[in-house]
Amino acid sequence: MLGYTITQWLFGILSFLAIMFALMVVFTRNPVNSVLYLVLTFFCIAGHYLVLNAQFLAVVHIVVYAGAIMVLFLFVIMLMNLNEDTEPQKTLISKIIAGCIGGVLLVVLVGSLKGAEQLQLHQSGASQIGLVKNLGKVLFGEFLFPFEIASVLLLAAMVGAIMLGKKEIK
Amino acid sequence: MINTIPINYYIMLSTILFIIGAVGVMARRNAIIVFMCIELMLNAVNLLLVAFSTLHNDANGQVFVFFIMAVAAAEVAVGLAILSMIYRNIKSIDIDLLSKLKH
Amino acid sequence: MIKLIGLVPLFPLIGFIINGFFGKKMSKSMSGAIACISVLASFIVAVLIFMEVSASQQKSNVVELFSWINSGTLKIPFSFLVDPLSCLFLLIITGIGFLIHVYSTGYMHEDEGFSRFFTYLNLFIFFMLLLVLGNNYLIMFVGWEGVGLCSYLLIGFWFKNDAYNKAANKAFIMNRIGDLGFLLGIILIFVNFGSITFGEVFGKAASIPTATVTAIALLLFVGAMGKSAQLPLYTWLPDAMAGPTPVSALIHAATMVTAGIYMVVRSNVFYSISETASEVVAVIGALTALFAAVIALLQTDIKKVLAYSTVSQLGLMFLALGVGAYSSAVFHVTTHAFFKALLFLGAGSVIHAMGGEQNISKMGGLKKALPVTFLTMLIGTIAISGVPPFAGFFSKDEILAHTYEHSQLLWFVGSIASLGTAFYMFRMLYLTFYGKFRGTHEQEHHLHESPKSMTIPLMVLAALTVFGGLLGMPEFWGMKNWMSENLDPIIIRKNPSILSHETEWTLMIIAVGVAISTIYFAYQMFMKYKVLPAEKEADMKPFQRVIFHKFYVDEFYDAIIRKPLDAISQVFYKFFDKQILDGIVNGMGDITKWKSQQLRKLQTGHIGFYIMAMVVGIITILFFSLIK
Repeated sequence: MLGYTITQWLFGILSFLAIMFALMVVFTRNPVNSVLYLVLTFFCIAGHYLVLNAQFLAVVHIVVYAGAIMVLFLFVIMLMNLNEDTEPQKTLISKIIAGCIGGVLLVVLVGSLKGAEQLQLHQSGASQIGLVKNLGKVLFGEFLFPFEIASVLLLAAMVGAIMLGKKEIK
Repeated sequence: MINTIPINYYIMLSTILFIIGAVGVMARRNAIIVFMCIELMLNAVNLLLVAFSTLHNDANGQVFVFFIMAVAAAEVAVGLAILSMIYRNIKSIDIDLLSKLKH
Repeated sequence: MIKLIGLVPLFPLIGFIINGFFGKKMSKSMSGAIACISVLASFIVAVLIFMEVSASQQKSNVVELFSWINSGTLKIPFSFLVDPLSCLFLLIITGIGFLIHVYSTGYMHEDEGFSRFFTYLNLFIFFMLLLVLGNNYLIMFVGWEGVGLCSYLLIGFWFKNDAYNKAANKAFIMNRIGDLGFLLGIILIFVNFGSITFGEVFGKAASIPTATVTAIALLLFVGAMGKSAQLPLYTWLPDAMAGPTPVSALIHAATMVTAGIYMVVRSNVFYSISETASEVVAVIGALTALFAAVIALLQTDIKKVLAYSTVSQLGLMFLALGVGAYSSAVFHVTTHAFFKALLFLGAGSVIHAMGGEQNISKMGGLKKALPVTFLTMLIGTIAISGVPPFAGFFSKDEILAHTYEHSQLLWFVGSIASLGTAFYMFRMLYLTFYGKFRGTHEQEHHLHESPKSMTIPLMVLAALTVFGGLLGMPEFWGMKNWMSENLDPIIIRKNPSILSHETEWTLMIIAVGVAISTIYFAYQMFMKYKVLPAEKEADMKPFQRVIFHKFYVDEFYDAIIRKPLDAISQVFYKFFDKQILDGIVNGMGDITKWKSQQLRKLQTGHIGFYIMAMVVGIITILFFSLIK
């Protein structure tokens, strides 16, 4: 309808939302609001994954990011009892400079990345690699060793976090 | 569904999200917000990787994203632990106060 | 046997290495024995080789040891030339060298640098042997420089004394000036002949324009002027007496200073072709002989008298070379080596007995206390004065006769020099050995004859002096002149002697008469009227004062050469070195410090700033990859 397919509509809406929420993350004063907007951004990106038929990743994304990491952030914020009044602000000039640098970076990135392929994503049937079964085969077949090492990494991170978080016993 | 979005739309989107994250890192003083913006940058990259993996019908891209997520989780855990320690020491999370490495 | 010529320089080299590395750990007698035995071994081999060369028909033998320089068209093998001239010099060097080594074991007995002394002596013998044995100018130059180095080491042997170090420096530097001329000569030879091997160069000498040959001959002579102490590069030799007496005997009487003579004799082809160069050599030789003889008349240091006497005799030898009497010059080298070494060793014996005193006005009447020394020195003095039948007479007479053929004026100058020689040598003898003892009481108690290790070499040298004249008896006496016959193959004889027998007899009688009357005059002056050297300078007449101060030549050189050079180097030091060079170097450091002070301000310690800087960096990198 309206000359665009459903996919294109979805893409457009999701992109718009994602960018809007991302901007809100950066510009709100209240840190709790920041976290919530970030959660919304993650949901939009998960939507993008679904559009790309990466089903497994979409679910994992929501579970890990929105479910675990953001909750962790919220806990820390509440632990420190942060709210809008105690929020430190950078000077105006710093913010302007940051904005400018960001703009320049955008220009440069766009310049480096232009001329990339104009190809459409491939047409012959939806891509199947995002399905759990197929991705699982690749993950446990070719990438078994990194998978196991990733678990060791998580163990190390866990131990590290506990060690760092301990209160010193005087 | 069949996805017919040209790849450079995804590139553009990903770039914009990345820039927003970068600006956030540079423009905020609250350490936690800085962390979150870093996560935003990571996600922008994830999105692009998945888009390309779908383009080339290669599973490696998505596996890579999987691992990025694992590492990001570990990183957030340790980073926030360090942040708590800093808070315990200077009773604030303002990164501009951490300037003891001055010349 | 000739093939074993490599052994001759090898033995002293081995002695040098052993004494150099292990000398301190060995006992003194062991160290001395090794040094003496190595030279003795060289001497024995030299004698055997000499006999073989004399007996064989082929006089000139080239023995190649190894291929040395091989670069493009330049091929210089390390080879030795064994012919009668080099054999003769070999015998002199190793023979007299051995005697002096034995003498040194006695003379240097108390010294703590004993093994170091013998290390240097052996090294010196090695280099001197290289010099006379080399078959091309380059090996000769290596030996030339090497003996200069050893001379420096040995003159400054007692290095704790600053004045001795200065004397050693002076010797080395003046030698270097001569060496520059020598080197230029060698280069000129190479440019013109394409080779520096003796055989090849001398064969082609006639095909080069005479002006070039003159230039080559004169440049080579500049080297000889430095090494053999001729005008104007002679002032180092009297100062070199700062070294131990055996050093003076070996280096500055018998061997090193004759290197110049050897070189000219070896290159006699050049000097025969170029009349101008020969004239220059003769004139300088004659002037040096006269000049040095005059200075020696008033010297009071026993070694300095002998030093100036050496300069004077070398002048006579160069005079002989200049008039073409090459074999006479070599003959005089041989006899001079005998009696000058004898005189120096005797002087060393006297100094040893006097406990280090060298001033003859403080000596006297030593005849009774040092009989052997006195007798041998008497023989030496008579020989140098040119009284028959001792060696000096025959060689000097031959020189003067050949000079007379060439130019009567030069003959006159040479004869005056010989007159002076007789006078000052006998003056020295009388003042040292006759009359009453004029030294202190303790010196008188200390007087004793030297040990056998010192007196035996004296006696051997005395015997050589007595019989050395037999080597070159004059032809017109109907006897064989072994020396000139021996050297005939090497030397291009200019033209046979044109003097009639009557003229030769007359010259001989004039020479002897002059010598004997001078000796009588000296006897009258010093024995009968007991004239003593002036105690203080104020007692001397003005002309005597000039002579006593050696015609102020040293002061002249100081003013003309040394002071301007000092001034220039002061300028370079104060201005260039301190201000400019140090300024640049220090400036580099200062700029770095200043810049780094400014760059330090980047380290603000703020994370936000660092992040921004990082992003800016990334932008820059991406930007540059974009431009490409």
